[in-house]
Amino acid sequence: MSRSDVLVDADWAEAHIGDPHVVIVEVDEDTSAYDKGHIPTAVKLDWKKDLQDPVRRDFVDKTGFEALLSERGISNDDTVLLYGGNNNWFAAYAYWYFKLYGHDKVLLLDGGRKKWELDSRELSTELPRRPRTSYTAARDQDLSLRALRDEVIDAIGQRNLVDVRSPDEFAGRLLAPAHLPQEQAQRAGHIPTARNVPWSKAANEDGTFRSDQELRQLYEGDAGLDFGRDTIAYCRIGERSAHTWFVLHELLGLPNVKNYDGSWTEYGSLVGVPIELGEAR
Amino acid sequence: MTADGCGAPAGGVSAPVTAGSQAVVEGRVTRDGAAVATGYARLLGTGDEFVAEVPLGDDGGFRFFAAPGPWTLRVLAPGGLRAERPVHADYGQVTTVDVTI
Repeated sequence: MSRSDVLVDADWAEAHIGDPHVVIVEVDEDTSAYDKGHIPTAVKLDWKKDLQDPVRRDFVDKTGFEALLSERGISNDDTVLLYGGNNNWFAAYAYWYFKLYGHDKVLLLDGGRKKWELDSRELSTELPRRPRTSYTAARDQDLSLRALRDEVIDAIGQRNLVDVRSPDEFAGRLLAPAHLPQEQAQRAGHIPTARNVPWSKAANEDGTFRSDQELRQLYEGDAGLDFGRDTIAYCRIGERSAHTWFVLHELLGLPNVKNYDGSWTEYGSLVGVPIELGEAR
Repeated sequence: MTADGCGAPAGGVSAPVTAGSQAVVEGRVTRDGAAVATGYARLLGTGDEFVAEVPLGDDGGFRFFAAPGPWTLRVLAPGGLRAERPVHADYGQVTTVDVTI
């Protein structure tokens, strides 16, 4: 797999507006952004209402995923092009989610909503009408892509742990990104042995991903990740780490990379697990 | 913001906030007297280290819940427009930075 298999630019997206085999999907952190204007023909996925179980802290199950995609008019044969705000955090999260359920024809728009807006490309408020489909997920969740808490604890000192939050969150000075109120986990800090590679270092200012060469230098050269080891990425709730999972697994092609979506809101509230404070080593 | 919520509020500062124990940085971006509703505000630490980014609201507004200390606020808008302002955040304070681009 190479960059061109998973990532497309805005010109590509513009050329495929109206393509019957490509469904453009917006997934935002600010879930009202779509309503103010979206790429023409794009459908909306709400990362919380649509992709999270409304009661348990977990994803919607396979049946729920099938119902969601069917209702949005997405079929098994469609290529899904994802984009979103905040440098594609939640679009990358949705990308990872589609892969979990085995939808392999999925792409990410490089730069996401931000680059589209900064380029002054067309946005529409018209809601697309897509006929209902009968979507069948290819498989149940692929746990080779998803890390759960016990696996994370076992990985301390054994695998690459990549904490992709900001340095202040990593060190324990903040509990959330600086554009959100500071609450959530019971304790601040990071998982022992984790390296801190903020997700933002993988992106240019316009939200596009840095080159493969720059990314390899960032993780392997600067942060000292051993690319021969398995890797788990985490952040606060798993969306920024999905961005890093995309970089490591999809762009750089590392074989065994998992996203820990429980992330710090889970780990930082567990009783008895080890926590480190302070700056990255 | 609830315990399971990470979704950012809609961009802008239309909902007033009290700092409480937090260090809040907020403001509005204007151009020729009008709100810049399409664009982004970025909060940068020392050495231009990226900290956070929000889309501007319909009122051109932005808000961050930062750690106390010195920051750089950078605004990006279509047409290659950009501006930077230094800002200092403190616990219990709402620091207002209005930007004209």
